[in-house]
Amino acid sequence: MSEVQSPKSEVPGRHFRAEKFDFWSFFFSGLTGLATLFILGILATILINIIANGWPGFSWHFVSTTPKKDFFDIHTTGVFPMIVGTTFRVLVMTIFVIPVGVITAIYLTEYAPSNSLITRIIRAAVNNLAGVPSIVFGLFGLGFFINFIGKNLDVLLHNANAVWGQPALVWASLTLAVMTVPVVIVATEESLKAIPPGLREASLALGATKLETILKIVLPQALPGIMTGGILAVSRAAGEVAPILFTGVAYYMASLPTHLSDQFMDLGYHVFVLSTQSPNIEQTRPILYATVLVLLLLTFALNIVAIIIRSNIRRKMRSLH
Amino acid sequence: MAEISMPKLEVAAAKPTLSPAGPFIQIESLSLFYGTSKALKNISVSLGEKVVTAFIGPSGCGKSTLLRCLNRMNDLIDSVHIEGAIKIGGHDIYGPEVDVIELRKRVGMVFQKSNPFPKSIYENVAYGLRLHGLKNKSELDAAVEKSLQQSALWDEVKDRLHASALGLSGGQQQRLCIARAIAIRPEIILMDEPASALDPIATAHIEELILELKKDFTIVIVTHNMQQAARISDFTAFFYLGELIEYDTTAKIFTNPAKKQTEDYVTGRFG
Amino acid sequence: MQLSQKEARRTPGWMGIQRGHKARPLEWLAEKFIFLVSLSTILMVFLIFVFVAREALPVFLGDTDTALVSPVIPPAEMDHHSPAELEKYLELTPAQFKAMDHDTLMSLMDVKVEAANDIPESFRNSRDARINTTEWRYLLLPHQWDDYQKPEYIWQPVGQIKKFNIIPLFVGTLKITLIGLLFAVPLAVGAAIYVSQLARPRTREIAKPAIELLSGIPSVVVGFFALLVLATVLQKIFGYQTRLNAFVAGMALGFAVIPIIFSIAEDALTSVPRAYTQAALALGASRWQTAWQIVLPAALPGVFAATVLGFGRAIGETMIVLMVCSASVMSWSVFDSARSITTTIAAEMAEAVNGGPHYRILFMLGALLFAATFVSNMIGDFVIHRFKTKLEGKR
Repeated sequence: MSEVQSPKSEVPGRHFRAEKFDFWSFFFSGLTGLATLFILGILATILINIIANGWPGFSWHFVSTTPKKDFFDIHTTGVFPMIVGTTFRVLVMTIFVIPVGVITAIYLTEYAPSNSLITRIIRAAVNNLAGVPSIVFGLFGLGFFINFIGKNLDVLLHNANAVWGQPALVWASLTLAVMTVPVVIVATEESLKAIPPGLREASLALGATKLETILKIVLPQALPGIMTGGILAVSRAAGEVAPILFTGVAYYMASLPTHLSDQFMDLGYHVFVLSTQSPNIEQTRPILYATVLVLLLLTFALNIVAIIIRSNIRRKMRSLH
Repeated sequence: MAEISMPKLEVAAAKPTLSPAGPFIQIESLSLFYGTSKALKNISVSLGEKVVTAFIGPSGCGKSTLLRCLNRMNDLIDSVHIEGAIKIGGHDIYGPEVDVIELRKRVGMVFQKSNPFPKSIYENVAYGLRLHGLKNKSELDAAVEKSLQQSALWDEVKDRLHASALGLSGGQQQRLCIARAIAIRPEIILMDEPASALDPIATAHIEELILELKKDFTIVIVTHNMQQAARISDFTAFFYLGELIEYDTTAKIFTNPAKKQTEDYVTGRFG
Repeated sequence: MQLSQKEARRTPGWMGIQRGHKARPLEWLAEKFIFLVSLSTILMVFLIFVFVAREALPVFLGDTDTALVSPVIPPAEMDHHSPAELEKYLELTPAQFKAMDHDTLMSLMDVKVEAANDIPESFRNSRDARINTTEWRYLLLPHQWDDYQKPEYIWQPVGQIKKFNIIPLFVGTLKITLIGLLFAVPLAVGAAIYVSQLARPRTREIAKPAIELLSGIPSVVVGFFALLVLATVLQKIFGYQTRLNAFVAGMALGFAVIPIIFSIAEDALTSVPRAYTQAALALGASRWQTAWQIVLPAALPGVFAATVLGFGRAIGETMIVLMVCSASVMSWSVFDSARSITTTIAAEMAEAVNGGPHYRILFMLGALLFAATFVSNMIGDFVIHRFKTKLEGKR
C-alpha cells in the first residue's frame, strides 16, 4: 500500500491544520462572546456608577439618622427609618414564607406520588405564582388582605373602626410572603433532591418513620439550601416596591413602625418618590445615590452571600456521592 | 474480657414478637409485581436461623428484590404489589397487625453502597439506639463500643469517635454501616452485595466479619460473587429470572447441584 | 398470573403506613398537615384571581356609571317605576331600599333633583356629560369627545369627564415591551450560546453566575439608573426631543429581563445531550457550526420558552417604566413617552376613590394583566415540559 503523498507532509504537523480560515465561525463566536461581555458590562456600569456616586454621601451618620420631612441636605439627612421599615417588613415576611415554603417543598419531594394530578396542579400553581407581576400582588394585597380580611377583622374586633382595614405592615409582609414563596420552594426542593436517597433508605431500614427520617436526617442536611432560599427571598422582597405601594408604605412617618398595623417607610419607595417628584434633582442627587447604595448593599450583598453558600453546598454534595 | 451487658430495648407488649424458638424465615408462594410485570414468581423457601444464607444468580434475577421484601423496604416503591406470605418466627410480616417500623428493628439491612450519615462515627452508631428510646449516655457509650467492636472497627476509630464518618475509607464506612445496623440488635441482618464496591482487602475484612457475626445473628446475603458465596455461606439459593431454581447447602450447590441451570451458572457457562 | 392495570393500581403500595396508622397517629397527622399546607399554594393563585377580579367585577358587568348627567326621575313619578329601577337610580342596595319608608325615599329623590340642578348650565347640554364612560364601547373604541377634532383614544381619568380608553395603555405596554425584548433577546440568547457551547469551562463558571447576578439588582435601582444616567446618554447619542421616553424605558426593561431569558435559554442549550455535540465535533465541525446547526435547533423549544417567559416578565414590570415614563401619550413613536398598564395602576391607584369607577377600572386592568401573564406562563412551562421530556423520555 503506497503512502499518500501530499505537499503538506513536508512540514510536520501540517496534516491537521484547517484548510482555510473559517470566517463565519470566528465572526459569530466573537459576536456571542461580545454579547456576553456587553451584558457583564451593563452589570458593571450600573454597579460602578452607583458605588462611585453613592459612596461620598454614605456614612454611619447617614445610615443612622432619622430625617425630617423634606429635609434635603445630604450632610444632615438620613435613611434610618427606611432601613428599619424595609427590615421589619422583610422579617415579618420571613416568619410566614419559610414554614410554608419549606413544608410545601417537603411534600413535593418526599411525599407526593409522582404522577398524581394534585402534584401537577401544585407545581403549576407554584410556577404561576412565580410569574405574577408584582403590581398584581399589590392589587391582591389591597383587594384581599386589606379590603376583605382587614375590614372583616375590624368589624369583629373594633366595631368597624379602621384599624386593620387599611395599609399596614402585616398586610405588606403577607403580600410579599405570597410573592416570594416560589423562591423558597424551589431552593428547598433543590437542596432536598441533592441528598442521596441512600441516606433515607439507611434511616428507614433502621426502623425510623418517614417523619423521623425527614426531621433527623434530611432536613439537617438541607439546612444550608433552605437558608439560601430564605436569603434569596429576603433579597428579592427588600428590593420590591410595587407590592407595597398600596399595602403599607408611606413617604413620611413621624415615628418608627412598632405595631403590625402601622405603616412604614421604605428605601426603594423613597428612591422612587424622590427621583420622580423632587423639585430640585441636583440637590437630591447625592441623597438618592447614597440611598440606592444602601439598598444595593442590602439586596445585592445578600444575593452574593446566597450564591456563595449555594456553590459551597454544591461542592460538598459532589464529595458525598 | 468483661461481658458488656446489652441494654434492653423496650418492646411494646401489644406488638407481636418473633417466636422465642428463634427467628427463622419462611417464604411461602411469594410473587411480587411492579405494576403489572411480575418480578418474583411463586417463591417458596425456608431459611434457617443463625446461619448465613446466600442468594446468588445473574443480574436482574430478583435476588435483591426478594431480600428487600424481608424487611419490607419494597413498600417504599409506589407500584409494588405482593402476593403470598413471608413468615418470620411464624408471624406473617405482611399481616394486618404488623407495624413495619417494629419489623425493621428486628430485621436490619446493610446496603451495597455504604451510606453513613453525615454525622460523627459515634452518632451514626447511636442513631438507631436513640430512635428506639435509649437516652442514658453511659448505656449509649457502652452499646456503641460493643457494636464497633463486633464489627471489627473499634480499634481503628476509638480515638476519633466524634470525627465525621465521611472521613473513613470505603471499607471502614461499610463496617460502620454494619455496626450501625447491629447496634439495635436485630435478629436478622440482610446484606445486599455489601462488598461489591470494595477492594479485595476490605472485602476480606467484611467476609471475616460475617463469619463472626453469624454466631449472634441470622444473615441473608445477596452476592453476585459466587466465590464469596462459597466462602462464607452455609446455605445457598440460586435464582434465575424471578424464580427460585435451587436451594440447598452451599457445599452441595457448588459441588453437585441438582439442576442443570444451577450447574451452568456456578461453573460459569453463563452469568 | 398477570394483574390487570386496574387491579394493580387498586392495591395500596405504601402498605406499612396503612396498617401503621393505628400505631402511629402522629405520623399520619403530620402527613395530612404537610399536604394541606402544600395545597395552600393552589389556594393562593385562586385567591389572587378571585379578589382582583372581585373588585373589577362591576366594570365587567356594566354596573358602573360615570355619566354626570343622567335622566332625572321627578319625585312625583316615583311610583311608576319598579323597585329595581329606583334602587339603581338612588344607588341603594336592596336591603337599604327595603329599610326605608316612602317619605325617606321621596326626600332622596328630591336630593337627586337638586344635585342635577347644581350642574353648570354649559355642562348640562354637553353631549359628553351624558355618557357613561365606563361602558365597553368607550373603553376600547376611539371616541370624538367635545373639544377634539376627531375620534381619539384617550386615557384621562381626571377631570369632570373621565375618559377611560385603555387602548393607549395597551399600546404603551406593547411598545416598551417590544423594545425591551428586541434589545434583550439577541443579547441573552447570544450570551447563552456562548456560555453554554463556546466558552471554556472556567469562563463558564464565572460568566453564568455573573449574568444571573444582574437579576439581583432591584428594579427600582435599574429604573433609577435609567432615569439619571441612561436617559442622558441615549439623548446625546440619538438626539431626540423627549428625554424620558419609551425607548429609554424599553432598554432599561431589557436590562432587567436579560437574566431570565439567559437563564432558561442556557439551561435549554445545556440540556441537549452531549452525544449530539460530540458526534458533530467528531465529524470535523467547528464549535460554532455545532452550536448553530445542531445544538440550537435542538434547544429551540427551550429558547422559545425563555422568550415567552421573558415577555411575561416584561409586561409585568412596573418600577422601571414608572420611573422613566410619566405621561400617557397615544402614539406609535418610540421616542415619545408612554404609560404601560402596570405603571398606570401603580401611579393612579393612590388617587382613585376606593370603590369608585376609576378604582374598579384599574383593578380590571390588573385582572387582564394577571390573565395575560398566566397564559404566557402556562405556555412557557408547557413548552419547557415537552422539551425536557422529549430529551429524556421519548428519545
